[in-house]
Amino acid sequence: MRTAFLKTLEELAAEDGRINFLTGDLGFTVVEPFVKRFPKQFLNVGVAEQNMTGLASGMALTGKVVFTYSIANFPTLRCLEQIRNDACYHKANVKVVSVGGGLAYGALGSSHQATEDLAVMRALPGMTVVAPGDPVETAHATRAVAAHDGPCYLRLGKAGEPVVHDGPIDFRLGRALTVREGSDLTVISIGGMLKPCADAVAALAQEGIKVRLLSMHTLKPFDAEAVLKAVAETGGILTVEEHSAVGGLGSATAEVLARSGLRTHFRSVSLPDGFCREIGSHEHLRRFNGLTAHDIAKAVRDMCRRAN
Amino acid sequence: MPSLIEEKLTPAGVAAFAKHLRLTALRMVHEARSAHIGGSFSMAELLAALYGGILRVDPAKPAWSDRDRFILSKGHACAAFYAALAERGFFPKEWLETFYRDGGKLAGHATHTGVPGVEFSTGSLGHGLSVATGMALAGKRDGAPWRVFALLSDGECDEGSTWEPALFAPQHRLDNLIAIVDYNKIQSLGHTKDVIDLDPFADKWEAFGWAVREIDGHDPEQVIEALSAVPFEPGRPSCVIAHTVKGKGVSFMEDDLLWHYRNPSVEEYAAAVKELEAKP
Repeated sequence: MRTAFLKTLEELAAEDGRINFLTGDLGFTVVEPFVKRFPKQFLNVGVAEQNMTGLASGMALTGKVVFTYSIANFPTLRCLEQIRNDACYHKANVKVVSVGGGLAYGALGSSHQATEDLAVMRALPGMTVVAPGDPVETAHATRAVAAHDGPCYLRLGKAGEPVVHDGPIDFRLGRALTVREGSDLTVISIGGMLKPCADAVAALAQEGIKVRLLSMHTLKPFDAEAVLKAVAETGGILTVEEHSAVGGLGSATAEVLARSGLRTHFRSVSLPDGFCREIGSHEHLRRFNGLTAHDIAKAVRDMCRRAN
Repeated sequence: MPSLIEEKLTPAGVAAFAKHLRLTALRMVHEARSAHIGGSFSMAELLAALYGGILRVDPAKPAWSDRDRFILSKGHACAAFYAALAERGFFPKEWLETFYRDGGKLAGHATHTGVPGVEFSTGSLGHGLSVATGMALAGKRDGAPWRVFALLSDGECDEGSTWEPALFAPQHRLDNLIAIVDYNKIQSLGHTKDVIDLDPFADKWEAFGWAVREIDGHDPEQVIEALSAVPFEPGRPSCVIAHTVKGKGVSFMEDDLLWHYRNPSVEEYAAAVKELEAKP
């Protein structure tokens, strides 16, 4: 996703001189091509995320479109009030980008695990919150947040995520993508959980369980319509996210369901509300926390069984 | 009343404008039952010089692209700021009567929503200098002629987020950036020397790479001279440390922490007005 983001950002910078790219001293060996091509649209601001966000807001208020870039919680939680007051309150064109959403930085530990970012960013007025599911969505999402007038949060994985979409996609902010049609249940995925979800849904198809898969790449504004349509057409929803159970995709979906008054089957697969104290790689931590294709398929089977 | 905005800044003119700002801010705060009069008074001459002629702004075109940018980073002291904007003609003076009121136009911290002339909303300390620095950086990148002024409190120099841009701006040779510190020596809960001593204050800014001048922030001549001389050095951001007195202008308010908070009673208000009006 990081590669798709940077490649797209280069294209954008070439097309639009307003694009500026600030990093908080991170991106070794990955930001260099951008720096080489667009030295006047790049700046390493140093290890100072509060300043980075304030700077970005000030620059944006003079007419620029400014991306701030760092990893895990540094570009979000570290400078939360700058995002809220300086960027959001002023509707500034600041695009906050975090690499390493969820448990991607695995063994680096809790400081490098962004597991509440979606909830916190979603709570901010005027913020658009996007977590693309694969490199294809990432390229579209990067263009979409650049074109969107106002502050955005773009949560990325790391590098090397598999491509899930094998054809062109109709990516629009605030509109879930239907990755696979199905009528027995709907799995809604956000961010990098798309691949395990796709694998689970494919395995279930082999068993004759036809699951609809939605990629909810935009958490805010939230595509309530896609959720309600899924309830009407498939009878139940399982949300999947590499994020705390508090405030993310599961919460947003539950809010829509509760307000709708519809009776349906709903479950969420997420991280618990807690710190991950287990040590290990991204894959290990996903297994440890029940975030694998196997876990997702199991949850779907269980829901289908209960429904029948 | 004749306009307080002069063709050319004079010490007498700045003094008269500052007096007007104090009287107006005092009335606003008194009538609204709000606070922070001490910090409004300490920066009165600074605001008077800025809005009296230093800032290249056009009240008829508040969004003019080549305007100088001004950020009141000490947003709590906004009463005097709003008074300056109204006097300059950015919005009707009647709006001042709605300060801090239910459904009013002017919030209790500097707020840009619906208020022409307020470049940036503040209220949480330690934000203004970063944003001003970002504007200055953008201006440099575009080769723009305008400057950015940020007026800071001493208390917000406790914030690490003030020192991040303080490190950054000299690195990038932002000589279109001017930080003014209203060094009135009192913060929310005590004297700065007792809470977090900032001294040697000028040395700190100097060591970070700023071109620094220390002035008596209540001496119109010194204020005009310093603010007219920016940038003090090409290639360096400028820092004006304005030594001031909290509550300046009313004897019983001067250098007293109480007036960070207290709303003047009817008797106190009358006494304060009398003192202020007696001044030239």
